[in-house]
Amino acid sequence: MVHTFYLNGYYIALDVNSGAVHVLDKLCFDLLNKFEDKLPEEFPTEILDELSKEYSREELLEVYSELLELQKAGQLFSEDDYERFTDMMKGAPIKSMCLHISHDCNLRCKYCFASTGDFGKGRKLMPVETGKKAIDFLLTHSGNRHNLELDFFGGEPLMNWDAVKEIVDYARSKEEEYNKKFRFTVTTNGVLLNDDNIDYINKEMKNVVLSLDGRKCVNDNMRLAINGKGSYDVIVPKFQKLVEKRLEGENKEYYARGTFTKNNLDFAQDVYHIADDLGFDQLSVEPVIADPSEPYAITEEDLPTIFAEYEKLAVEMIRRKKEGRCFNFFHFMIDLDQGPCAIKRLRGCGCGNEYVSVTPDGDIYPCHQFVGNDEWKMGNLDDGTLDTEMKDKFACSNIYTKEGCKDCWCKFYCSGGCNANNYSFNKDINKPVKLSCEMERKRVECAIMIKVAMADK
Amino acid sequence: MEHIKTVNNANLKESCAKGGCGECQASCQSACKTSCTVANQECENESRKGNK
Ligand code: SF4
Ligand code: SF4
Ligand code: SF4
Repeated sequence: MVHTFYLNGYYIALDVNSGAVHVLDKLCFDLLNKFEDKLPEEFPTEILDELSKEYSREELLEVYSELLELQKAGQLFSEDDYERFTDMMKGAPIKSMCLHISHDCNLRCKYCFASTGDFGKGRKLMPVETGKKAIDFLLTHSGNRHNLELDFFGGEPLMNWDAVKEIVDYARSKEEEYNKKFRFTVTTNGVLLNDDNIDYINKEMKNVVLSLDGRKCVNDNMRLAINGKGSYDVIVPKFQKLVEKRLEGENKEYYARGTFTKNNLDFAQDVYHIADDLGFDQLSVEPVIADPSEPYAITEEDLPTIFAEYEKLAVEMIRRKKEGRCFNFFHFMIDLDQGPCAIKRLRGCGCGNEYVSVTPDGDIYPCHQFVGNDEWKMGNLDDGTLDTEMKDKFACSNIYTKEGCKDCWCKFYCSGGCNANNYSFNKDINKPVKLSCEMERKRVECAIMIKVAMADK
Repeated sequence: MEHIKTVNNANLKESCAKGGCGECQASCQSACKTSCTVANQECENESRKGNK
């Protein structure tokens, strides 16, 4: 399979199954577009005749032989022979966890998928004992995996901060005995940040996610305090302090992440605001996931505007990169050479298999986005249950089982999208959401184009 | 090549030889989490890195 596209003056061909990216001239692009599958040894006469109306035969033959050469080298119309690896993740250890340390929140963001923090199940903080059991669970279910990930999530984790610290201490005290390394991360809305917890986060957390939507008017339209006031003025100075201190320390990873909705389809402005006005150079601004009936939900008719916005952003980033002063926009980051192995790319996430979420009650769910939906409860820490049938169901979900992914050029970049999103829109983890797919494909095109432009001296 | 410039080394095929070890971060693609495409993830398999 080959995907061709024209973007920002570049004619690009991606050989899907090898991952090779080629930049073509227009003639080559037009010629390649005549073929849906492998090129025959001989240039088919009808196509040659047809293209000869526009291009010289000599050049056409020359280009054809170049394309054939690539094909022989396995860089064009290469085969998809990865299906044999699909079962490899069955029975995988669980090595990553989302710990819902607080099912309570001090903001009332309008688009919150967790029903403003309580996941529809009542406001609750996780007892330390439950957190410790979660650590034990990870230690004993992670098999031979050395690196264990634990994300403190909510609601708002800072509302149960003493528990976080005790749980971190407990986990660290077990590292040596079990020969494991914990990598902690935390996602916060920033409201309760102070000098103490900032220092703690910077010392112990490998990554920290700072939720912020961008311009004040945009942020304060969706991210509201309980009294209905916007949160921007409270959180921005605290985030800035955190990052400033963080960059002096050992754990430097952080990112500011925002959500865009129908109300700010000019979200590139929010990206520039976060980068230029606030000084955060690691950032991501992403489309809201919302029920289509919500007034702020993104719908089909917004796509052309969103695509144009992504393109504008990509072009601006190239300009800045060439000047050596660009921020990192997560959705455009792609590694065309050293990225993950193809086996990793067969599924978008470890949800329900290598990764689980644990609630304040000790209930286990496939991931944070399934929490609160009883149908998807897969176990409990207290009674020691774990539904391995459900685990296998997730282990065996991949780009070959998901509707449309096998034939999608984006499969090794998107890897089949988000199970939870698929379930909430289509009632089936194996049925991707068309709207999300369209945006994902556009982002990957932009990301590839940026690489191409940067290789173009 | 006159008409084609290849910008990377196609290596998805080779990547399987020592791949699938599962040491890398369990990515989440969703808007509320790490949210990067899988293709951006870092490989943590030392033996694969060494063999590039
Ligand atoms: S660490 Fe590398 S080789 Fe191992 S599964 Fe991840 S991407 Fe593949
Ligand atoms: S974009 Fe959609 S169809 Fe394509 S791989 Fe991703 S989820 Fe599957
Ligand atoms: S199902 Fe979606 S939200 Fe859950 S871990 Fe996977 S990508 Fe993330």
